Amino acid sequence: MNLARKLACVVVVFVCAVSLAANWLAPVGYAKQFREAPGAPPSHEHWLGTDEVGRDRFARVLYGTRISLLLAPAAALVSTLLAALVGGLAGYLGGIWLRLARGFTDLFLSLPWLFLLITVRAVLPLNVSPLTSVLITFLILGLLGWAAAARVLSTSADALRNSDFVLQARASGLHGPRLFLIHVLPNLKPVLYAQFWISIPVFILSEANLGILGLGVAEPLPSWGSLLRELEGLMSFREEPWRLVPLVLLIVVMTSFQMLLSKEEVTA
Amino acid sequence: MLISKTAPRKTLFWKIARHLAAIVAIVLLGGLLSATLVRLAPGFDSDERELDPGLSAESVRALRQSRGGEHNILRYYSGYLRAAWHGDLGTSHALGQPVQSLLRERWPVTLRVAGVGLLLAWLLALLLAFTACLWRVPVYEMMGITLSGAFLCIPAAVLALLSVILNAPGYLAIALIVFPKIYRYSRSLLAKAYELPHITAARARGLGEMRVLARHVLPVAGPQMIALAGVTVSIALGASIPIEALCGLPGIGQLAWQAALSRDLPLLVNLTVLVTLVTLLANSGADVMNYVLQPRDV
Repeated sequence: MNLARKLACVVVVFVCAVSLAANWLAPVGYAKQFREAPGAPPSHEHWLGTDEVGRDRFARVLYGTRISLLLAPAAALVSTLLAALVGGLAGYLGGIWLRLARGFTDLFLSLPWLFLLITVRAVLPLNVSPLTSVLITFLILGLLGWAAAARVLSTSADALRNSDFVLQARASGLHGPRLFLIHVLPNLKPVLYAQFWISIPVFILSEANLGILGLGVAEPLPSWGSLLRELEGLMSFREEPWRLVPLVLLIVVMTSFQMLLSKEEVTA
Repeated sequence: MLISKTAPRKTLFWKIARHLAAIVAIVLLGGLLSATLVRLAPGFDSDERELDPGLSAESVRALRQSRGGEHNILRYYSGYLRAAWHGDLGTSHALGQPVQSLLRERWPVTLRVAGVGLLLAWLLALLLAFTACLWRVPVYEMMGITLSGAFLCIPAAVLALLSVILNAPGYLAIALIVFPKIYRYSRSLLAKAYELPHITAARARGLGEMRVLARHVLPVAGPQMIALAGVTVSIALGASIPIEALCGLPGIGQLAWQAALSRDLPLLVNLTVLVTLVTLLANSGADVMNYVLQPRDV
């Protein structure tokens, strides 16, 4: 692991650890309103000031980071599992199943990702509890984001189906799910890992897009998307530069993920 | 010997026919999927206009009847296809206008914003990628990678907000969203092409850099760049939704946003069909172009 990757790894682990320690680092919580100080600049009490309704911005950044950083991998896990199920099985079965799966993934991939995501989220209920909105947002990401990974997995599984060791296993009498679980799936692991890691930054960005458009996590729960929505009222960067902190944090974490990713992609 | 020769007409015809058949099938399925999604969405049956206390019971009944045909999705979709065949794309529930006129009004805006954005993105990305490969100065290369990496990390909606704050045009936001993808991919393609032995030999024989690029590098990297051009159309179309919605640009993206929020079935089905069609045409166009330009054994 080179120095840049080590640094990226440290950044991601540090940001995750700090966000997990939000309860101790920001005991005021993300929802408490300081009604006497709405829109306050940074001070000893509020390190990043307060938002328009007087909530501590530092606490909201920590809690928002926790939600975005923990749930994006969860959504990535759902999408990778779906991709393994659709793409892996179709590639392993081959024939009509492979053609059907490819047709289905082509249908998903022919719709631009943001168009599909925003449309699906917008037609689902928006007036729901914050917890439900978190579940809906990240579940949609997981359920819609599998197509590209499934395409890659179907190709890999198709190649494995005709490989020497699978043919030998078949000749030895191993068939069906056992052959898939023992010989095919373990060999798909590198591709699965790569797809999982690739999906995380994609889902973080997608959640941010949804949040800014008001389709993401519902108030008062914070997420990077809802925190970035605050930029909407900003007239100039010099006015309140501390409002850019969530954006800077997002860029730092995404850059770190990019640096970590290349290794996974190479491995796949 | 490999020489550039046009593709046999018969094979080209079948290739285009296969692409068209796939496009028709996927577009039809996409439309059906979108209609099913809207039909199954919670709150599909509710119409805000029914809450108007000024409406009589008869008017409310008429309103409900006007959407009655949308309950059975297969019947609705077959009816939609029949009407579309005769040029009638239906009427938007939310905007109360024929979908056809809405698309005619909005399409030029998206075409301009996404088109200029794409053009700018390609120019900037190719300029940076070509110069990075020609000059091979590590600091310059690092600058390109950092710049593209930074824009790759910013959500499309944030770029839209920033363009509003900085009073920048919407197409610039689209250009900055698409640019990093083109730059990274084309930079890697060009770098790989420059490593090929015949290019090293051409350089060693004293061939000028521009000649090496035009005669030896582009024919190697070109087909994948053409394929990338098809993909970038889809990225630009997707990015146009948050950009048009947040920058207040009255294009197809903003229309899709309004249609999704108001669960406007006729509008959403037409927009899905349109977006899918444009994306598939761009990708298939790139594929066919690659096939036509491909050198063949003679």
